[in-house]
Amino acid sequence: MIREKVRVKSFKINDICVTGQSNQSILEVARDNNIEIPTMCYLEGLSCVGSCRMCIVEIQGSHEPTPACTAKIKEGMEVTTSSPQIEAARKMILSMMFSERSHTCSTCVANGDCELQNKSVELPLEHSQVPYLNQRFEIDASHKNFVNDPNRCILCTRCIRVCDEIEGAHALDLAGRGLNMRIIHDMDEPWADSQSCTSCGKCVYVCPTGALYEKDISEEEVIKKREIITELIKNRGK
Amino acid sequence: MSISTDDRYNTLEKSIKKLGYDKSSLIEILHSAQETFGYLGIDTLKFIASRLKLPYSKVYGVATFYNYFRLKPKGKHNVVVCLGTACYIKGSNKILENIERRYGIKAGETTSDEALSVLTARCFGSCSLAPVIVCDDVIKPKITLESSTREIEEMIK
Repeated sequence: MIREKVRVKSFKINDICVTGQSNQSILEVARDNNIEIPTMCYLEGLSCVGSCRMCIVEIQGSHEPTPACTAKIKEGMEVTTSSPQIEAARKMILSMMFSERSHTCSTCVANGDCELQNKSVELPLEHSQVPYLNQRFEIDASHKNFVNDPNRCILCTRCIRVCDEIEGAHALDLAGRGLNMRIIHDMDEPWADSQSCTSCGKCVYVCPTGALYEKDISEEEVIKKREIITELIKNRGK
Repeated sequence: MSISTDDRYNTLEKSIKKLGYDKSSLIEILHSAQETFGYLGIDTLKFIASRLKLPYSKVYGVATFYNYFRLKPKGKHNVVVCLGTACYIKGSNKILENIERRYGIKAGETTSDEALSVLTARCFGSCSLAPVIVCDDVIKPKITLESSTREIEEMIK
């Protein structure tokens, strides 16, 4: 295997001089230097897909915002993590996440421990900028321990990645496209009938919203253990 | 019919072998499977997944992502309504609505007696003949509400 040589590169984030290794992304270098970039689909330890676009940053000389989690660093680049345009774009992205399905916090199990909710408080986003579509899906509560409610899913694909990369089962994937896209198990079978699912619960732990949750809990009772996955990878020494 | 006795699975196996059981040739294999079977049934998808050593969910995800793949059997006859720009301006959406109402199915579905499937397409490259529908691979030009039902009735007769 030909391995690319890792080089040290220096560049600027928000006019602060930083250095990183050439195989690092902008987001990783920013986190190393305590520079905050909001994220949604990113989870330390999993691969980056750049599906949520929450981590967009401006790179001087580029016409469009770039997701920081998938962009590799370059020598001498000048990155801006916050500007009126970026803030407006982030608000619009979050609005669209809210509008696609039914995110009703007051009746949601993840109320209080939901990354979508927290993000809208942080930004802040007071109201949706686009009309609600309220696409409806059937809830899959066939599994003895867990429930999959696609109505609360934001398609961050964390559950798919954790199942594939950490558990190694790849029981979940995306099916369909556009508005009808949703998370499925095996051949769109009920969760309980899935042969490849090991019922490990990692997908439930990493879910940023209340789309995947444990049974027998009511509103505001969910406690997600998202860090558990990052710890797991650190212990494996990857 | 079981997989071992169905000749179509042998044909499929051969085309998978020709591509060297390569995981990245999934889409090509789905194409040849649909050519062989007419549609992609769950058993077919599971067969492909196990031969390519791919997870079930991945194969199902790819098959449902592309419009071209159908997971349900096709009807005996099929009608494709063009919804391309030229046909749309000439009112092909009304023609489609009319067909949908008449046979009680939505675009992409098949009637319960499996006589007719209604499909849509974006353009056939016959815009000068707009609006067009395709009845069993025969292009019917300059269609109207009345002539569309007449053509379909004649086809499924």
